[in-house]
Amino acid sequence: MRMRIRGLVVAGALGIAAVVLGAADVHPALPPSHVEIHQFAFSPTTLTVPVGATVTWVNGDEEPHTVTSRTGVFASAGLEHEETFSRTFATAGTYQYFCALHPHMTGTVLVR
Amino acid sequence: MDRRGFLECMAWAGTGLAWVVSGGVASSSILGAPRRARAAGTFSFVQVSDTHVGYKGAANPDPLASLSRTITLVNALSPAPAFVLHTGDLTHAQKAGSFDTLAESLKALRTSEVFYIPGEHDVFADGGKEFLQRYGRGTVGDGWRSFDYQGVHFVGLVNVLSYKSGGMGALGDAQLAWLKGDLAPLGTSTPVVVYSHVPLWAVYPAWGWVTGDGEQALALLRRFGSVTVLNGHIHQTLQKVEGTLTFHSARSTAFPQPAPGAAPSPGPLTVPADRLGAMLGLREVRYTETPGPLAVTDLTLEG
Repeated sequence: MRMRIRGLVVAGALGIAAVVLGAADVHPALPPSHVEIHQFAFSPTTLTVPVGATVTWVNGDEEPHTVTSRTGVFASAGLEHEETFSRTFATAGTYQYFCALHPHMTGTVLVR
Repeated sequence: MDRRGFLECMAWAGTGLAWVVSGGVASSSILGAPRRARAAGTFSFVQVSDTHVGYKGAANPDPLASLSRTITLVNALSPAPAFVLHTGDLTHAQKAGSFDTLAESLKALRTSEVFYIPGEHDVFADGGKEFLQRYGRGTVGDGWRSFDYQGVHFVGLVNVLSYKSGGMGALGDAQLAWLKGDLAPLGTSTPVVVYSHVPLWAVYPAWGWVTGDGEQALALLRRFGSVTVLNGHIHQTLQKVEGTLTFHSARSTAFPQPAPGAAPSPGPLTVPADRLGAMLGLREVRYTETPGPLAVTDLTLEG
């Protein structure tokens, strides 16, 4: 459990950094949003965030996973245990993604 | 030759479970028992799968040691196998240097020829570029291959390069068209061995253990009297008979995975250390032209 918390703290730091660097001018107060990868599933499966939000995925599994857009607009490398991937969503829309190693794992980010 | 597929579990052989597939009279292969001398028109080959070089996890503290034990077992087979088929996931998530590490380990293998097809772990990061550079010689398309050996037609299919969201392997229209043309000149009495990484049949779609367009490939194979379909990916032995088609999923050399649906996820299965060897292994397949048995024997690392 301690390791999980540490992972989230790291993810939070990365997310905040991304906001500051990427979209701070538009949405300086946006909190980071997280998607956990656990037991070969994205949680939450569907995440709704405002335009400009940065989403951070944290791999809580020992197995490597990826965060790969169905339409190719973003793709992480293979994420090892507790590694993170962040992406800032500057445009409203529906972003569906999956794990390229375990494609039965799917998720959606709704940007409103 | 009676070409009705016939599959029966013959015996527990020490620590190895001997499965025998034959067209008529069943025969058994007992681990450690003296083997008959090679008859004319007979040969054997080995299937090794899911070596996952680079894996670090609780399910196997030393996968390279397991691979080394596998190689020792292959080298001890008599008669020596004509070649080895590696049915994918050579590496674990294409970690840097993993292909080199595997190549170094396989230098101990005394079998001269190894044919490789990729698993998703070998291609997801670069679309198969490195894999094809290393192992694509003699293949067509995106790594598909066929060859003939002593009257048996072998076909290696790639079903991990167009993984789609929602989860299943796929062959693609181009590969299916190639397969149709490849099989067209063959008579129905030609024994065919097809190998892929992801099962061509629907083992457990909820975990992606299925090839979406696999049925189209199987439809092209049903006219043949003897078709042996081998796959990896699911790290456990499973068998199925469907008419003249017999399906065999192979063990991994690196770590076991749970039975379909038996766990919350298909992740590596951690078992007590003294049970691990019995859940890892390789496969020997023996072909005899007359009277025609095709014996598929799964051997474990234990013992």
